[in-house]
Order: sequence, then C-alpha cells, then structure tokens
Amino acid sequence: MFVGIGLVGGFFAALFGVGGGIIVVPLLILFARFDAKHATGTSLAVIGMTAVFGVVSFAALGEVEWDDAAMVGLPALAGTFLGTWVQQRISSRLLVNLFAAFIVVISIELFLE
Amino acid sequence: MTTILLAVSLGFVAGILSGMFGVGGGILFVPTLVIVLDLAQLSAQATSLAAMIPVVLVGAYRQHRYGNVKWRAALLVGLTSAAGVAGGTVLADALPEHVLRKLFAVLLLFVAAQLAWSRGRRPRAPLA
Repeated sequence: MFVGIGLVGGFFAALFGVGGGIIVVPLLILFARFDAKHATGTSLAVIGMTAVFGVVSFAALGEVEWDDAAMVGLPALAGTFLGTWVQQRISSRLLVNLFAAFIVVISIELFLE
Repeated sequence: MTTILLAVSLGFVAGILSGMFGVGGGILFVPTLVIVLDLAQLSAQATSLAAMIPVVLVGAYRQHRYGNVKWRAALLVGLTSAAGVAGGTVLADALPEHVLRKLFAVLLLFVAAQLAWSRGRRPRAPLA
C-alpha cells in the first residue's frame, strides 16, 4: 500500500513540479488510516525525498535553473517562519478565501500565457 | 531589477502561505517561475522542485519535533516515489509545453476549490 502511494505521489510530483503532498496526504488518510496530523507530518518527510529525486531526475535533462530556484526558494524559507507565526495567531476565513481567489487568478494567467 | 524584486517577493509570499496553510511551495513557485522569470513550463517545474527543498526540510524537521512523522511509512513512500518520479519526468518531458501548462492551471483550480471547500472542516494539509 505504501509502495502504491509512493508511486502515485512521485508521478504526480514530477508531472506537476509540486511536492506531491496534495496527493500523498489524502491517500495516507484514506488508505493508511492516518489522522490528518500524522498524514501532514509524514507527507512533509516524503516530499523532502520526492523533491530530491525529482531534482536529480530533471537535472539529468538539464532543466533545473539553480539561480532561479535560489531566488524563490530562499525567500520562501524566510517566509515560512513568518507564516507559521501568523498561523498560530490569526485564523481567518478571509485569508483562505483571498488565497483561493489569488490561485484562480494565477490559473487564468497561465491559461492565457 | 523589478523582475528580481517581484520573484523574491513572490517567493517570500509562497513561504508565508506555506507556513500558514501548509500550501504554497510548488503551487506558487511554478507560476512565479513561468510568469515572472519567463521559464518554460518544464524548466519551471524542475526548478520548483529544487526551490522547495529547503522549505520542506525545515517543515519536516518541525513536524518530526512535534512527533507527527511516522518514519517507517515515510521512508517506504518516499523511497518508492523515486520510481513514480521517473515515470512522471518522462511524461512531463514528452508533453507539449502548452499542454503541460494547461494541466498545471487545472491543478491550481482544483487546489483553489479544495481550499475553499475544506477550510474549517479539515485540518490543513500540505499541498506543496
């Protein structure tokens, strides 16, 4: 079962360039009967490995732009600390809705690109 | 210069969102790399995977400290994901750019719907 989740999660991660948590978390909850907390925590450890495999795989094709990765990845690292801090203090439906709306705008932008 | 500032800012925002909702890594990295930094979709996806590694490592370490990581399962799923990654890479490389980009756009709509739908009913899950 875990092997199946790994295969699906890895495939999804490489196809979309995301970590695969969007797939791994629900699969762990549905099939492995994890609670959400353990599914979330475990999936982060999984994503770490999956992302490394993905980078190796795409680097072999010469597709990884390291400078650009650092340009968005390092500020993101700083951002997570602020985000965690905010998350523990503010719980807002408005913020989630704004984020969802923001993603829809980006999606449209990508369709038009 | 403006481009760099915008990319750095969006990276920072991706991190904030990632810390807040457990989402925002790849979901925001890929569009930033495509729209702001003008990477091709395939390069953007490859680069996004590299960009998320520091964020995910810190997140995983934090979850480990909270006792939320089941390591045996994580290792099994994580190591077998290598085979899935190999398949996904081949398919992503074979698909035309515009198809890959539109697939990603559809994924974004799915994530937006899931966020709007699940808020308040389920604990947050990482969509990175």
